[in-house]
Amino acid sequence: MTIAEAAPRLSRGALKSEKLTEECLSRIEELNPKLNAFITVTADLALAAARKADQDIAGGRYLGPLHGIPVSLKDLLDQKGLPTTAASLVRKDHIASADADVTASLRAAGAVFVGKTNLHEFAFGTTTEDSAFGLARNPVDATRSPGGSSGGSAIAIATGMSLGTVGTDTGGSIRIPAAACGIVGLKPEWGQVSVAGVVPLSRQLDHVGPLAASVTDAWIQYNSMLPRDRHAAASLEAAPLQGLRLGMLTGYLFDRLDADVERVTLATIESLRKMGVTVSEVAIPHATDMPAIYLHLVFGDAAEYHARTLVSRPGDYTANVRLRLEMARYVLAEDYVRALRGKAIIAAEVDRALDGVDALVLPSLSIPAPPIGASTMPVKGGPEAVRTLMLRCTQPFNLSGHPAISLPSGTTPAGLPIGLQLVGHKGRTPALVQAALAVERAIANAG
Amino acid sequence: MMIADWLEMAKADAEGRGLPELIPMLDSLAQATERLRAADWNDDASKETPFDSAGESAGVAQGRPRQ
Repeated sequence: MTIAEAAPRLSRGALKSEKLTEECLSRIEELNPKLNAFITVTADLALAAARKADQDIAGGRYLGPLHGIPVSLKDLLDQKGLPTTAASLVRKDHIASADADVTASLRAAGAVFVGKTNLHEFAFGTTTEDSAFGLARNPVDATRSPGGSSGGSAIAIATGMSLGTVGTDTGGSIRIPAAACGIVGLKPEWGQVSVAGVVPLSRQLDHVGPLAASVTDAWIQYNSMLPRDRHAAASLEAAPLQGLRLGMLTGYLFDRLDADVERVTLATIESLRKMGVTVSEVAIPHATDMPAIYLHLVFGDAAEYHARTLVSRPGDYTANVRLRLEMARYVLAEDYVRALRGKAIIAAEVDRALDGVDALVLPSLSIPAPPIGASTMPVKGGPEAVRTLMLRCTQPFNLSGHPAISLPSGTTPAGLPIGLQLVGHKGRTPALVQAALAVERAIANAG
Repeated sequence: MMIADWLEMAKADAEGRGLPELIPMLDSLAQATERLRAADWNDDASKETPFDSAGESAGVAQGRPRQ
């Protein structure tokens, strides 16, 4: 069941939040031992909140489409009274003294929190394999990664352990697991959703946003994450496909794709063209510089945040994350500043690529979900490191700050999900989501 | 600092701290730093005066004409 399906039934009392929450908790009990999506499950708190939601709705105090909906939080966000582990022993003694801004916004919208989801330790990875609480597994194929770093959140949505969830995205950590698990992930424009109360990876690049079963569900959650005075219209209208203008990012962002990802993406774009969408080719001239720019920024910021605990508690990090953080400490100031200039240049080039189109279109993830433990994957042009491939199509829009959304576009012959990414103009996230809704419907009709 | 000198010092530091696993990773970081320093948008202090302020770097990339 989606949020959009449950909300009207909850609002008129045809469905009880307590029952919906019990169903999610049952799914967690059944599937979490295998998939390891949750670090903390708050069953008693959730059931109490659900009963309160039912009472309030029955009493005429309906708050909106998230009221009574079971929602999970990536364990990088504070929820008052609970640990925020960041999937690390470094934070095993932490208890949040207050809600993160986003947690508070969702709570005010009536969300029922069912637990905190697993992630790549400190969000510093793309596979959710390095977690102090054990690796997470892809629900489509448990021998594969769910993507990351918001891997647990993506699993929760894909399996119905929660109807909504919150992730974070520094280089793709919402969109990558969304693509790998066959769901929707929305990275809002940088700065649009508060990061207060969220453990940082890179304050230059961190974003908070929803993962969801559908574009509409992503919209409902996104809208509730915004400050009240910035809420957009509660209902979402699809953009007309006829006349929709998409800019297809050629070159670097299509150069190193898995064969199935390339085939499905090109077929989807061609199908949209036949339905009346105008597709033109656009480029980001300095695209090849993006990994180096990204690396120096995220390393510089992560090294600053972790400097004390790398000295005082190095053994409390997982081995791989500790090594990357140690490497991060060698970035020189001159190169960090150079990367900041590069970031601004990429942002301007993405703006230019968007000139004359409504959104950019490209794959979300160069490869299907990789096997757990894989260090490289085969792609066009030869094998490449998994981490590099997983970040390749998403990190440009963390550098640029533009809103971006991943939605399912098909599967490999083995049934592994493939994601399509749309990137919108700054200041126009609602228009991006309207376009995504139209594309989601077009893909469903074509399938 | 030149990258070759930095890399040598970084590797010695990692070795001295008992982190030999870092050494191949530092080679990768050095390659990324070389790439960053070689980018064509880097300044050359002997050439044209920059037209962007610190907070307005995007102005350069937008190709805004000089007034």
